[in-house]
Amino acid sequence: MGTREEILENVRKNQPAPRALPPVPSFHRESRAFVETFEEALKSMAGEFVDRPPTDFGSFLRERFPGAKNICSSVPEYRGNMTPEDFADWADAAEIDVTIVRSPMGVAATGSVVLSEKELGVNTIAFLAHDIVILLDPKNIVENIHDAYQHPAFREAKYAVLMTGPSGTGDIGGVTLHPAQGVTTLTVILWPEA
Amino acid sequence: MKPIPLAKNAEQFIGDKVREAHFDEKLWMVRQMRDAAARTIPEWEELRELTSAIKEHTLSNLAAYLEMFEASAKRNGVNVHWARDARQHNEIVHDLLKARGADSLIKSKSMLTEECDTRAYLESRGIRVTETDLGERIQQLDNQPPSHIVGPAFQKTTEDVAELFGRVYGSDRNRAEPVYLARVMREHTRPLILEAKAGLTGANFAVAETGAIVTVTNEGNADLSGNTPKIRICSVGIEKIIPKNEHLAVFIRVLTPSATGKRITQYTSHFLGPRNGGEMHVVLVDNGRSARLGMEKFWPALKCIRCGACMNTCPVFRRSGGLSYEATYAGPIGMILMPAFDLHRYREFPKASTMNASCTNVCPVKINIHDQIYDWREEMEKKGEKPFPEKALMSGAGKLLSHPRAYRLAARSAHTLLNLLPRWAIYNRFNAWGRQREMPEPAKQTFHEWYKKNRMRSAK
Repeated sequence: MGTREEILENVRKNQPAPRALPPVPSFHRESRAFVETFEEALKSMAGEFVDRPPTDFGSFLRERFPGAKNICSSVPEYRGNMTPEDFADWADAAEIDVTIVRSPMGVAATGSVVLSEKELGVNTIAFLAHDIVILLDPKNIVENIHDAYQHPAFREAKYAVLMTGPSGTGDIGGVTLHPAQGVTTLTVILWPEA
Repeated sequence: MKPIPLAKNAEQFIGDKVREAHFDEKLWMVRQMRDAAARTIPEWEELRELTSAIKEHTLSNLAAYLEMFEASAKRNGVNVHWARDARQHNEIVHDLLKARGADSLIKSKSMLTEECDTRAYLESRGIRVTETDLGERIQQLDNQPPSHIVGPAFQKTTEDVAELFGRVYGSDRNRAEPVYLARVMREHTRPLILEAKAGLTGANFAVAETGAIVTVTNEGNADLSGNTPKIRICSVGIEKIIPKNEHLAVFIRVLTPSATGKRITQYTSHFLGPRNGGEMHVVLVDNGRSARLGMEKFWPALKCIRCGACMNTCPVFRRSGGLSYEATYAGPIGMILMPAFDLHRYREFPKASTMNASCTNVCPVKINIHDQIYDWREEMEKKGEKPFPEKALMSGAGKLLSHPRAYRLAARSAHTLLNLLPRWAIYNRFNAWGRQREMPEPAKQTFHEWYKKNRMRSAK
């Protein structure tokens, strides 16, 4: 008998008598103020929030990221000097100063945005870049995590992540600090889809 | 193997007043943050009921869910491997790396790989292993195991880290500033991440219906480890399976508040399949779990989601420094997990508790931790796993309590003796209570004397 069968056999032999699977409620609240909740939650995780598209995106980026040379954009709203297709070796995404990407969904209760290989192309552009700017249509903000997990990305994408603020760590001193190993800042701009 | 001298180790740690206070205060702070976070969620108790019921359902149908997970993962293009124990797990990982000529591995924090001692196994076979979690990396650089399942280097002060980085990286030893130190680590670890040939992550959850491996990190180290190299390996304990995404939502909502007091971690990541041109392997590891499923009193410990809340709330753990346990799992969850691995080696564990039940009260999946601690004490008793002074004491007490006259005489004499005997005769190595405390003041009369005087007369 192979290891697989041996383990499954032991599990079958030992597992306790079957117990019922409870239904999971949606836990919706009365309030529909998703944008406000999203903003508050994102800021509590050290994320930055911009409530409308800047009139001049180029000068917005220059002002926020004055030293940035390599801007990797995967959105039509801005033409950077790099695109995800440039990185045959995914480790090369470490050259990116700022990544710009659109998220298909935000989560009000936690201030999270979802990103998958569909938006990223090369997944590492979301981690190895120094900073990340995420465009989000306010219509695509759902109330809570229960709603979020209905999104097809969590069934269909080979890789999907709920990102909530920039990379952080509490391993020294016990209080969360930034930066850690990933992006040093994360900015969400509410920007309706064209 | 000899029993771990937990009490003796902890005594040594307590001797270091600075670090004792540091560890205690840090963990208590996290415990308070956990309480505050739980209070902001009106349905907190309902969520705990749900997580517990979902885990119990899954564990009681685990074979079917394992098969479902395997089928989903294969459909996604994942290679699924099965490992009976730690050794087989390490062999599988090593064989995968060797066959692909991968001599460097980056990994995110995984308690299962601690359990399997994977890093040492691979390093001794010429693989360069780099931990990407800051705390875990600190411990790796200092040649120490993690002291806490969520904060592996929680026992170290900021000064300790500055000293360590100064020694290893040549950074400024006098700059005990967390942000500076995190930057030093980033600069030194980044090149290793970019060069690595393979990445390894653990799993917080594995979703049967979708085949997803779900990891929860603050730094994004699972994403870095799992995405940067082409080869991705995920080590997964068989108890990590949950049925569907709707269930995952419930666990995500309780895990981080319990662990750090935040609503969610920065990265909740879902690995379903290999990237284009890459490969993904999942190693499903038993290592004692299927046997535990059959232990009537102890199987619910498999519900654990490794949040560390029971450790932070435990007054004994908070004063132990974590490393005193010399075990992968320490504190309350360690007390009920480790004895199943080796009863003799971990025989002191179930005693390191005041039985205050706080661990059970904070557990986000409602494991009856303190009941199981008690049950493990009984188990130790049955198997004769008891240190000599306690054995002698209990056998003496047993004889005394079964002879009322002898008991009454002893109670009266104890009262007299405690007042008369010199300190050395009372506070010696057989008196564990008296090591850090004074004996209680003896009552003026024994209960029996009081009863005889007050109640027996009125009863007439």
